[in-house]
Amino acid sequence: MNQPELIPHLFRTEFRKITSVLGKLLGAGRLEMAEDIASETFLAAMETWTYKGIPENPAAWLYAVAKNKAKNVIARNSLFDSKRAKEWVRNSQNEEVIDWSEKNIADSQLQMLFALCHPAIPAEAQIGLSLRVLCGFGIDEIANAFLTNREVINKRLFRAREKLREEKIEIAFPEEKEILHRLETVLKTLYLLFSEGYYSESSDNVLREDLCLEAMRLTHLLTEYEPTNLPNVNALLSLMSFHASRFEARRNANGELVLYQDQDERKWNQELIAQGIYFLNKASQGKLLSKYHLEAGIAYWHTQKADTSEKWESILQLYNQLLQIEYSPWLHLTAHLRFQRLMEKKKPLLRLKNSS
Amino acid sequence: MDEFILIFRHQDGSKVASPEQMQTWMKQTMDWIQSIAAKGKFVSGTALPFADARVVHHKGIVTNGPFGDIKETIGGFIIVKAESPEEAAEFAKGSPVLQGDGNTVEVRKIAKNDGVH
Repeated sequence: MNQPELIPHLFRTEFRKITSVLGKLLGAGRLEMAEDIASETFLAAMETWTYKGIPENPAAWLYAVAKNKAKNVIARNSLFDSKRAKEWVRNSQNEEVIDWSEKNIADSQLQMLFALCHPAIPAEAQIGLSLRVLCGFGIDEIANAFLTNREVINKRLFRAREKLREEKIEIAFPEEKEILHRLETVLKTLYLLFSEGYYSESSDNVLREDLCLEAMRLTHLLTEYEPTNLPNVNALLSLMSFHASRFEARRNANGELVLYQDQDERKWNQELIAQGIYFLNKASQGKLLSKYHLEAGIAYWHTQKADTSEKWESILQLYNQLLQIEYSPWLHLTAHLRFQRLMEKKKPLLRLKNSS
Repeated sequence: MDEFILIFRHQDGSKVASPEQMQTWMKQTMDWIQSIAAKGKFVSGTALPFADARVVHHKGIVTNGPFGDIKETIGGFIIVKAESPEEAAEFAKGSPVLQGDGNTVEVRKIAKNDGVH
């Protein structure tokens, strides 16, 4: 049996595409239906491919099955209150197909991202639902990442879906003048999504990294869409890239955290550092200075191992600016610690005097 | 050499498994079948989808189930060649179905049409 190799994470990748395209078609209120159709599509693939081999074009196979399942679901539920579905059923009489073009898939995912990050939905629920719909995670995987149980996650997702329905949130791009405002919530969610992976206590290394990579992928999507290819988006992607460059170095063989100063910098991923610098440069084109710029700047200096006073001075300055934009006691403390670090560099004697 | 059928009994996976888990499970099953095929002992196999299943009862009453105990539902089978029931059971031990607690693989000899079984 000579068959094409299965692309790693194909199902996870296709889950968000299928769910986004179908979710848009069925309406945000019927998101769960789109999720179920996607799941059933993979089940069908599992039942067929296992014994008959992987098809030439796996994605096209999945889209065809998802289309038929969607058609059946719509017919069975006569979802005629959804305008798009109504139109589609009418068109499908003429064998019109769902738009699986690359553009519509990319647009649908972005529109889904905007819908899920609607300000009416609580942050925790936004992250949970984004993990499910846009990252293709299962309930157990989300629960594992959040160190909680299935029930808590199910409740969170239920509330989020309910909000989508109640608020009649559209899966569509916000209007041009709305985008900037809405983008802030989107970026915050992506930032939290990334942090969830980066700082998670979960013992599952692969899962944690996947979470960060998913957050980066979604941010990357935003940079590819002209109206959202803005300095703060590029700054966030730069920040994520710098942090992600230390993935390998920050865990030892037992999965325990290795403190920054003890890390082996040879394990820092130079490609991701270069990517971070690239997006930081792109972020600097324009007047906008967001907290992501400052954090990316701090993260940049952390990719420089040399323990110079220039490094710590720059970091301290960035922290001070950050404190002006967004004060938090934690930030204040961190800035203070950096200040001490700088003083240690500059005046070793001062430290001696203070500690005596 | 006899033929044996390996019957998988397990839960409907679509409600509990994530896309990633489904893909992993599929890959493992393919590898398992491949390992039997490499010995020239794989005959055939198929999944039995849970969807659209019907049970026909006494007096021709048709229902959409129930399947009885949910973990006892047959999800598919493969047919292998083996020298003995022990060898067939060894093949069965490698089935990814058994990763699920409570799932089973039943090994049954297929009747030969040679008048000597």
